[in-house]
Amino acid sequence: MIAAKGLTVGYAGRTVIEGADLSVAPGERLALVGPNGAGKSSLLRAMTGVLAPRAGSVELLGERVEHVPRKKLARAIAVVPEVADLPFAMPVAEVVALGRLPHEPPLTGLRPTDAAAVDGAIERIGISHLRSRDMRELSMGERQLVFIAVAVAQAAPILVLDEPTAHLDIRHQVDVMELLVDLNERDGTTVLAVLHDLALAAHFFPRVVVLADGRIVSDGTPAETLGAARIREVFGVDPALVRLAVGAG
Amino acid sequence: MAAGALARDVEAGGLAAWVRARPLVVGLVVVVALLLTLVLGVGLGSVRVAPAETFAVILSRVFDIDIGVTITPATDVIVWDLRLPRVLTAMLIGCGLAVAGATFQGLLRNPLADPYVLGTASGAAVGAAIAVLLPIQLVVVEFGLLHGLAFAGALASAWLVFRLGGMGGAGGLTRLLLTGYAVGSVLAAVLTMAMYVSGAELRQIFSFLLGGLGGSSWVRLIVAAPLIIGSSLLIMARGRSLDGMLLGDAAAGHLGIDVSRERGILLALASMATAAAVAISGLIGFVGLVVPHVVRLLVGPAAHRVLPISALAGAALLSAADLGARLVGDVPVGVVMALLGSPFFLVLLHRSRSGYEL
Repeated sequence: MIAAKGLTVGYAGRTVIEGADLSVAPGERLALVGPNGAGKSSLLRAMTGVLAPRAGSVELLGERVEHVPRKKLARAIAVVPEVADLPFAMPVAEVVALGRLPHEPPLTGLRPTDAAAVDGAIERIGISHLRSRDMRELSMGERQLVFIAVAVAQAAPILVLDEPTAHLDIRHQVDVMELLVDLNERDGTTVLAVLHDLALAAHFFPRVVVLADGRIVSDGTPAETLGAARIREVFGVDPALVRLAVGAG
Repeated sequence: MAAGALARDVEAGGLAAWVRARPLVVGLVVVVALLLTLVLGVGLGSVRVAPAETFAVILSRVFDIDIGVTITPATDVIVWDLRLPRVLTAMLIGCGLAVAGATFQGLLRNPLADPYVLGTASGAAVGAAIAVLLPIQLVVVEFGLLHGLAFAGALASAWLVFRLGGMGGAGGLTRLLLTGYAVGSVLAAVLTMAMYVSGAELRQIFSFLLGGLGGSSWVRLIVAAPLIIGSSLLIMARGRSLDGMLLGDAAAGHLGIDVSRERGILLALASMATAAAVAISGLIGFVGLVVPHVVRLLVGPAAHRVLPISALAGAALLSAADLGARLVGDVPVGVVMALLGSPFFLVLLHRSRSGYEL
């Protein structure tokens, strides 16, 4: 579905990702982990067509991602954006409705189908009680849920998330993970998520890719990729600090 | 006490919610206000003209229809040659500045942005000052050197800020705003120098800086109208891009918006509307900054509501303010607007703590 081949990316003289090969098949659920500065976000940016590769290529359904028109790309890949501050007061429902931008015909605005998708996304994320609240009054965690709802309303076959649980308490972290599993298993959405929490990655994702120093060092099931030796080597911490379901089992 | 405050909060929140859910009601009220300022603007002044007479003059002039109301030649001149072009020009300028202000605030994600944020004001003022100081009298169908150079100055400074400020990348917006400030400062220094050496012409430069609608005429109105109305309509057609960009550049890009292209187009359109407005009426402040905020307080931030309602409200506000300015003896319209409008805005802001949110 989406495939990076020999992908090298960088910013101004600094190479961040070198020769990465990563292929994500339709319906897969994949977590990308690695220490800070390993290049996880850059890899996501390149794979979603935001950052042009220095070498190698990214293909979406067999087409070079930089050649896919923006609107078409936005209908194929939904990216949960960073939690941003809005300059003006805006009700949550209107923010979520922005997720329908790639689908709306120009000029007419939201159609009934779009409104239904917005309502569906709000319900699914469980933020119905926030609907008419001003986005700027919400806590960081609540805002994060709203931004996930924007991407869900976008209803793209591929969902990409960069640390979707960064601002969430443990209850909401689990809720979001369960939502991702549900979107993946029930709707067939392909999910690609950067996660910091190895326990969440191991517990909720059948495939984990470990990135270190701009290279993919491991790719497979949590049991294969998140062994004690690798955690010590890649993250430089005592594996006992990370109690993984797979480590115990 | 506490219960009273709570009840007031609930009431204010209820009213705000009621208004927000009914943008058409707001639009209707604004349209009525606009029509009212049209009738009053033409009718009131040193000579009063009844609405029926105004109507008769317009019908006879435009459609050559006589509805049986006797019109004296003096009334005909007052309505057709003096007041009507002035009222319509006020509406046109108010509309253009309000739409441009709403656009700049949304694009730059900055509530303090106004139509002059990219240095258009200083650019236009320098152009006007040069025109005043040059010993050349050039008039082409009612457009003097001053109009031409003010228009060119506004566009040139917007273009310069846009080029120097760059568009993409992290911190792009801050860089653009700071570039606007820096270019504006240089131009302001040039303007100050020009005023310093201007001598007897100082008054002319000063009256451009204050802005005013005394120089309105049909020809100027008809030349500026397509620029302002055209830009405003094109901006409205791109309203959803403006909405998407409220989420920030990265998020907007993922929603399928070509951010740098859309921003370039929208900045160019808003600068065009601003330049056309300042060229014929000088620097009129307040309307472009405040009207979009008041409208957002009433109907929320979505561009398909904010832009058209701001256009109508800006038109109504400026024509009402110009009427006020005319009635008290031709004081600058910006003074009237700021004196009467700011307290109203302050009240709204104060109320926004209970219910509304800016």
